[in-house]
This record gives sequence, structure tokens and C-alpha cells, in this order.
Amino acid sequence: MTLRPQPRFPEPDTEPFWEATKERNLVYQTCDNPDCTDKLIFYPRAHCNSCGGLKTTWNTSKGEGVVYTYSVVMQSRHPAFKDLGPYAVAYVDLDEGFRMMTNVINVDNPIDDIQIGMKVKLVWQEQGEGEIALPMFEPA
Amino acid sequence: MAQTREAAIVGIHEYPLRVAPGVSALQIKAASASKALEDAGISWQDVDAVYDTGSHQNIGGLGISEYLGLNPRLIDNTSVGGTSYEFQAHHAATMIAAGKANVALLTYGSTAHSDRRAIGTAGATGQGSPTPFNNMEDPWGMTLISGYGMVKARHMHQYGTTNEQFAEISVATRYHAMRNPEAVKAMTALEFVGVNEITTQDVLDSRMIAWPLHLLECCMVSDGGGAVVIASKEVAKNCKKSPVWIIGGAEATKYRENGGDITVSAGAQSGPRAFEDAGVSPNEIDVLMAYDSFSITVMCMIEDLGFCKKGEGGDYVSQGILKFDQKGGPALNTDGGGLSSNHPGERGIFLLLEATRQMRGESTSQVDGAKLAVAVGNGGQLGARHATSPTILAAD
Repeated sequence: MTLRPQPRFPEPDTEPFWEATKERNLVYQTCDNPDCTDKLIFYPRAHCNSCGGLKTTWNTSKGEGVVYTYSVVMQSRHPAFKDLGPYAVAYVDLDEGFRMMTNVINVDNPIDDIQIGMKVKLVWQEQGEGEIALPMFEPA
Repeated sequence: MAQTREAAIVGIHEYPLRVAPGVSALQIKAASASKALEDAGISWQDVDAVYDTGSHQNIGGLGISEYLGLNPRLIDNTSVGGTSYEFQAHHAATMIAAGKANVALLTYGSTAHSDRRAIGTAGATGQGSPTPFNNMEDPWGMTLISGYGMVKARHMHQYGTTNEQFAEISVATRYHAMRNPEAVKAMTALEFVGVNEITTQDVLDSRMIAWPLHLLECCMVSDGGGAVVIASKEVAKNCKKSPVWIIGGAEATKYRENGGDITVSAGAQSGPRAFEDAGVSPNEIDVLMAYDSFSITVMCMIEDLGFCKKGEGGDYVSQGILKFDQKGGPALNTDGGGLSSNHPGERGIFLLLEATRQMRGESTSQVDGAKLAVAVGNGGQLGARHATSPTILAAD
């Protein structure tokens, strides 16, 4: 089976996020600047995209959230996906407030069995021994 | 702000072929530049400003100037995807009004079809330098079309918009395409199943590419290109054809945001600014050239530019006003759009070309007495990082 496109390094903004997945932790950042009005940073960056601050803290998500929206890919030419059958790409809003791209899996029929607003929980897709793992979601 | 008429589109050309094997993107640009300058009645060496996205064979403003044989005093490499040409038109009009240039040339060339580029369905390439957003998006297999599918799904959920309503956009666009011989030739060359007018049922019956987007809601992948010549009012006076004035423009960006509303495009910021710049309002517009990468893109442009309230686009497009021979609102995508006439990857230039034809009275689906047109492009990906820029044009 062809491997999915993997995160590539060196890419220092997102490398801590992917390192954390080796311990099965889903992490996000918050800004340390007390005057910052929107402290949530995602996707990962070394700076705060709200205030420009350079000090951030990594936090671990509980991995619970809701489907903000999704689409079901019926046709993909990518070797890793073309034989998968229909699969759902989604934005999930985590309870901590950040929105991430992901897949919603472990449903029979992604078009009918997923709904916007549905509660979902984190599930890891292994990519190999000692490797990063992909955070995905399934119905909670 | 009072309307100004300092810069005008004076020359246009749309490369006629949508399947052009053996021709390069650069050759399409040069051929289009030659024809557009001929259309204007301006000589090659009078071009003193060159605008280029740098995405055609990876040659930017410097390389293309050398290739064409021009010595511009102004180069602009603005590249924001499909709406690059509205950004560039805005920049050119501004710089011409400031006296920094007299004749600006915008060119586009692409061989996306002949290169067999699966733009909408390929997913990540895993090539080039890694970026934070590639690393946070590519592993989950989002295709470009499914990115737009997520916006459509949310629009349907949030406002109750139906598939039938979205289909109206495809139906009206095809109606115009069937009147445009170059669009008919394009659909034939690209082996469309059924080169004919379509119904909403045809759209719903077409196969699902990325739920909830059907095939007939998705643009084609063609070869093609074109050129636009923008000139100062002094130069425009002596051109072959009536000038089409650039009376307003604006730009904005938007991104995937934590807690943001994915159904609202950057057009919600740039739309009102462009109308203010032009000193006109949406209800005065005769022709709306809205980037139809997908049905949802048009829906968002219609709402965010203020042709109706946010969320009411479904009702708006269903009232029988989109076709050139219907009253009650601006005609939509009268050349046949990216859905049914021309989409080699960056459609923004064709929005300007058809809007100009309408202002000249040269469209194959000519709106009677058309005086004002909006060309609104959307570049990047609607559901992620994107840019939206309207250019407002007025007949002489």
C-alpha cells in the first residue's frame, strides 16, 4: 500500500506537533503574551498569528470535538487514496477551540453517517513503528 | 469616493484553443499579447508596464519581459492564484492613475490540459520545500475539489441551500456557453458528455466528484490563455475601440480560522470596498463575471459582494435572473464560464475579457445596454487560504 503523503522535515513550525504524535498526543499552542486577545494558535507556528508574539506554550488536547464541515472524496488520483473508496475529509472543531483538517473514519457510509455538528473523538492512524501517527476522528 | 476614469482596458485577446498540443504557455502569452495590442491599436514597444504571475513555466516579470522583448519601467509579479489578474488590474489602474506608467500588459498562458494536470483530484504532490500548511493538510488526502465541497456542505447546512439551487448556476452558465462558438469548440475538444444545454436534473444526475459537488458543478481543465492591455486615458483616446474604464477595485484575503465562518469569503471585505471605490452599488450592475471554479464559489461571490444577503444566494439564483436575456439582476458568466468555456487553472483574466466584451457590446450573449460589469476573481482555495478581488468596469 502506498503511504499517504507524510509531513516533511526539516520544517520547524510543525515538527513539535508531529513529534508529539509519536507519543499519541494531539498538541496545540497558546500565546504567552498577556495582552493577546486571541491566544489560540493553530496550525502550529513559532509566532502568534494574532499578536506577533514569539513566546508560545504547547498544550495537549483532550481530542474531543465536533465536525464543522466535511466532504466525501469520490475520486482521488493520488496513489495512496485512489483505491480507498469514498473517504471523508473534514474540519473538526476541537473543544479547546482550534479547527483542524482531518479525516472522519470508522463509519459505514461517510455521506450519510457523518453530520455537521456531530460529536467526534480522536483516533490515531499508525504510520509505522516509531513513526509519526495521523490524528483522525470517529463518532464519539 | 467619487468615481474616477483614469485607466481603461483598451485591448483584449482570449486564446481560442482549449486543447493546444505542441504549444507552450509562453507562446500562448506572446500570441495573446500580440493580438491584444493589435486589438488596441498600440505598438509592441509602447508597453511600459508588465504584470505577471510568474506561474507560467516559472518565468516572472523579468523573464517574460525579456522573452517578449519589452523594456518596462514597471514590473509587478502579483500571484494570488486565479484572481491574480483582478489584483493586477487594480494595481495597473492605480499606477497609471499615479502617472507611473501608460500602457500595462497582463498575459496568461497555460497548458494544464495537455500536461494532464489533475488539478482538482490529484491531492498533494509531496514535492517542493515543505511548508507548515502542507504538513498540516496533505496527510488527510484533501483534493482541491473536496476543499470546495466542504464549503458547499457547510453552506447547505447553515442556510438550507439545496443542490437544485446550486445547479441553477451551472444551467445558466451552460446556456451562455452554447451561444459562444469558442466554448462549444472547447467542450467538444475536451470530450464533454453532451455538448448541449443542461437542466438542474442533469446536474444532480452527474456523478459525484467530492460530495456534495457533482461533476457539472466543477470547472473544466483546459489549455488556454489571454492578454489584457490597460492604458491611461490619454492613450485610450487614440485606441481603436472604445475604452472600458476601470472604475473600482479592491483586494482581500481570508484563511481557515479557528472558529471562523467558512461560508464567508474574502469578498465580504473586498466587495464593499470595490463598490465604494467605483461609486456604484450592486443593484446597478448589468453583468457579473464571478469566478466559477465551482458552483459554491459563485454562490459565495454573489452573497459576499452584496447582490443578496448572506445565506440567501440559493433563493437569489433560483428566481430566473442569471441568463443574459432575463431581467431582474446582472447576467452571470456570459461567456460560458470556467464550467463550460475556459479554465486552464487561473481563470481570472477571462473574467476581465468577457466583462470588457460586454461593455463593448461584443459578447455572444450580449446584455442589452450593458453599462457596468463586475469581474470578481477568487484565488487559492475557498475553504482555506484564498484571495478575492472585484474589478468594476464601466462602458465609455
